[in-house]
Amino acid sequence: MVSALDRKLLRDLWSLKTQVLSIALVIASGIAGFIGCFSTYESLRWSRENYYDSARFAHVFAYAKRAPQSLAARIGELPGVAEAETRVVRDAQLSLPGVTPPMIARLIGLDFARPAGMNRLTLTRGRWPAPGAAHEVLVNQRFVEARGLRLGERLQVLINGKLESLAFVGAVLTPEYIYPTRGGALPDDEWFAIVWMDSQALAAAFNMEGAFNSVLLRLQHGASPERTAEALDGLLAAYGGLGAAGRADQASDRILTQEINQQRVFGTVLPAVFLFVAAFILNVVLHRQVNAQRAEIAALKALGYDDRWIAVHYLKFASVIVLLGVVLGIAFGHWFGTAMTRLYTNLFHFPDFHFFMPAWVVLGGAALAVAAAFGGALAALGGVVRLKPAEALRPPAPAEFRPLLVERLGVPQLLTPSQRMVMRSLERKPLRALVTVAGILASVAILIAGTFWADGLEWFIDVQFNKVQRANVTIAFAEPVPADVARELGRLPGVLQVEATRAIPVRLRVGTRTYRTALSGVADDARLGRILDAKLVETRPVPGGVLLTRRLARRLDVSPGGRVQVDLLEGRRVKAELVVAGTADEMVGMNAWMRLEDLNRLARDGDVVSAASLLVDRADEPALLARLKESPAAANVIVMRSLLKTFRDTSAYNILFFTTVLSLFAATIAAGVVYNNARIQLGERAWELASLRVLGFTRGEVSLLLLGELALEIAAAIPLGFLAGYWLSALILVFMEQEVFQFPLILFRSTYLYAGVMIAAAGVLSALIVRNRIDRLDLVAVLKTRE
Amino acid sequence: MNAASVFTARGLTKSYRMGETTVHALRGVDLDIDPGEFIVLLGPSGSGKSTLLNILGGLDTPSSGAVHFLEHDLGHADEAELTRYRREHVGFVFQFYNLIAALTARENVALVTDIVPAGMPPAEALAWVGLAERLDHFPSQLSGGEQQRVAIARAIAKKPQVLLCDEPTGALDYETGKLVLEVIARINAELGTTAVVITHNAAIAGMADRVLKLGDGRIVAAEKPPRKLAPSEIRW
Repeated sequence: MVSALDRKLLRDLWSLKTQVLSIALVIASGIAGFIGCFSTYESLRWSRENYYDSARFAHVFAYAKRAPQSLAARIGELPGVAEAETRVVRDAQLSLPGVTPPMIARLIGLDFARPAGMNRLTLTRGRWPAPGAAHEVLVNQRFVEARGLRLGERLQVLINGKLESLAFVGAVLTPEYIYPTRGGALPDDEWFAIVWMDSQALAAAFNMEGAFNSVLLRLQHGASPERTAEALDGLLAAYGGLGAAGRADQASDRILTQEINQQRVFGTVLPAVFLFVAAFILNVVLHRQVNAQRAEIAALKALGYDDRWIAVHYLKFASVIVLLGVVLGIAFGHWFGTAMTRLYTNLFHFPDFHFFMPAWVVLGGAALAVAAAFGGALAALGGVVRLKPAEALRPPAPAEFRPLLVERLGVPQLLTPSQRMVMRSLERKPLRALVTVAGILASVAILIAGTFWADGLEWFIDVQFNKVQRANVTIAFAEPVPADVARELGRLPGVLQVEATRAIPVRLRVGTRTYRTALSGVADDARLGRILDAKLVETRPVPGGVLLTRRLARRLDVSPGGRVQVDLLEGRRVKAELVVAGTADEMVGMNAWMRLEDLNRLARDGDVVSAASLLVDRADEPALLARLKESPAAANVIVMRSLLKTFRDTSAYNILFFTTVLSLFAATIAAGVVYNNARIQLGERAWELASLRVLGFTRGEVSLLLLGELALEIAAAIPLGFLAGYWLSALILVFMEQEVFQFPLILFRSTYLYAGVMIAAAGVLSALIVRNRIDRLDLVAVLKTRE
Repeated sequence: MNAASVFTARGLTKSYRMGETTVHALRGVDLDIDPGEFIVLLGPSGSGKSTLLNILGGLDTPSSGAVHFLEHDLGHADEAELTRYRREHVGFVFQFYNLIAALTARENVALVTDIVPAGMPPAEALAWVGLAERLDHFPSQLSGGEQQRVAIARAIAKKPQVLLCDEPTGALDYETGKLVLEVIARINAELGTTAVVITHNAAIAGMADRVLKLGDGRIVAAEKPPRKLAPSEIRW
């Protein structure tokens, strides 16, 4: 049987349904962001580990020039190695009909007769090549998708100077190239194909019979990848080893891990802030809701209900709201997380989609919401239960007011009585005004923190592709070439400017810390490839020293003036100790630079270069690219514009989806704050406002009185919210700081405008709803009842 | 229709639904009130006196019948017209004063004089009710009687043709109540403002020019007291 008090509860809830729903939506938004992001992170991590395990992804990777097969047995005996596999991997020029820019095929030898022990492929379309069929190949799914390859289509590949026609028979997924990249931090789906072909045929084509140039290791449980890699380096050094690396330094895994970690920051900092803001607002709203019912509470006490009964009653009230919010939040969170995980699963091409919501995430979110709601309700009750029942029966003492501070200071009467009403009401309860301002401010801040990613991304693209890398075509040579070769590129059609650079794979070492990267030589007059930070400040290498990305310097724990041990992993494999001349705040990469001249002197190679950046007239680009295709020296030609497109299509799309959903949640929270504030104020002042209506005030005049206060609070909160949004974004970036990529703290004016307009719109919408209630104020009741 | 009347009402009815039942608050009221008259409405709860006052004050409209204030047709006015009518012609005094707590006595009065074309200066209105010394006090600093006098000052400051009072002494003690009644009587006498006062207190009827007794939605009796008493002469 439902008690009378419970009936009251149900009717109260029903009569406050809009408010109840709006508060529930606030809490639901907070929980949904929290649950959605966290679950996405956990799901993606699980999927990656699961994929790596089931595909038996290698732990250590190494490349050499040419090592004899006999070395394989010795590699297998290295301490910590559970399993070793050798193979031949070569890059070659790839052409498809109708595609002018040169593409690269990474050819990987595979014995199709025998299942691979490591980096197992998942066939998604077509079939496996017949064992021994030299011209049947598998191609990675991402390239197949990007190029729309049809089964049976032929790939033209320049293998050791000879154009071969290979039949595409099957599309596959591989853990090794979840992110196919020719070295940059950006995915390179359209221009970089991973092609698996018969190992015998590949070896024969490149004169690698009885030899290998790539090693994969799986380690025994607990073995150190670093130590094993070092031991492997020792074995491969004599055969042109390029330095072994653990998973952490594997290009695809590095980007994948970064993407997933990014999700963790999205999934922790931002939703946690959301949840706290939602909790704070819930607390405030319930506090006021209970306060608004003080007369009823006094009446209940007069009827003999004790404090405990009353407390339980209001906790039930809070529970219903919070429960509704939690249920909605879990539902939204599930939807959001599923959508995000699906998006990333597609982006990463994990073979299986798997989404789950860890219990602790759901419980954690719900617990915080419940705590906030109960805290708010109990704090309010604390004040109200002390109320003597008799107080409810006595005529109300008018609330105490004082002249405004400015009036007390003797400033002449500046304001009309209506304006003074608004101002004194604000001044009388500054804490309440402050709390309201804080709530709105927090909404503005989370709106900004939820949206600023798009700005950073735009800025990053602009800086990276228009300022740092002004070349539109870059060429990497297969082997270092004399500087003259690069100069000759200037005579090719459409080339306006050429700039030669050199990059040598290195291992940097400071004490026990090491890092593998490339040491780049920059010409003193470099104009096309510059070193710029997010604020566009340029840094140049100085004579005799090495310049490091600040993140790299931090990783190595070295500061300018310190020394770093540099092991070149190419050519004469020179080892040297260099002075760190400075650090640069580049947004992307863990880079090291020297003057080109200094680098060549260090490598004892003479005047050679390994890459060139070209500024090309767009009209002549096709002709130039056709010519480059014929040049065997140009191993790797990258058209910057096409990279940019891929990047925008993937990361940018994900971020856009994410920020759109987040800003919807933020807008919901904002609307909830503003609406509830207006409603509570209306509740508290309905009597006063109705009195004014009786005295002949129009609906508009009365609305202005009520909404004026809210308008002032919103007006104060928006600029403060801008500031808070900036700092919140900065805080998130601090948590987010990553090795490879430093997201820039850039906020466009449009983002502030968007946040401001959203909040103002939430205000106007709330005002309209409340205005509708003002219009329906019961004027007659005012004459008979007291406040 | 009596051309000289401030209010004329003919066949006034008001019924409204209250849940399942229909309440007939007024069942046909005819009424003429002359300029400067002091009318007291008496009657038990549910007799219809508040409904009548609300209709005269432009807070409510009749279900049928005609009601005019001078040339204004209150029976068919829309919400905006009624608001303007209240604003320009009617002074209200409530049982619970309904002052704005955030404003001083002077400002409470100014709140109303600011929105009418030719009000009296707030200080003058407050002097009228004997509160010249308490202009800058907030409601919380005033006694109940003082608050009600501020409310009266607020009502008369716009120089209304009619003053409508709903239980003006209902929340006050005897002495303070009398003080308030004196003010109302003085306004009626000296400014010629028509006054309509609802009360439960039959003693107040002695102050009236005419006493209308309501019962069950009708005017059951209209009496003219033999002599209009001064507030000081009445007791209860």
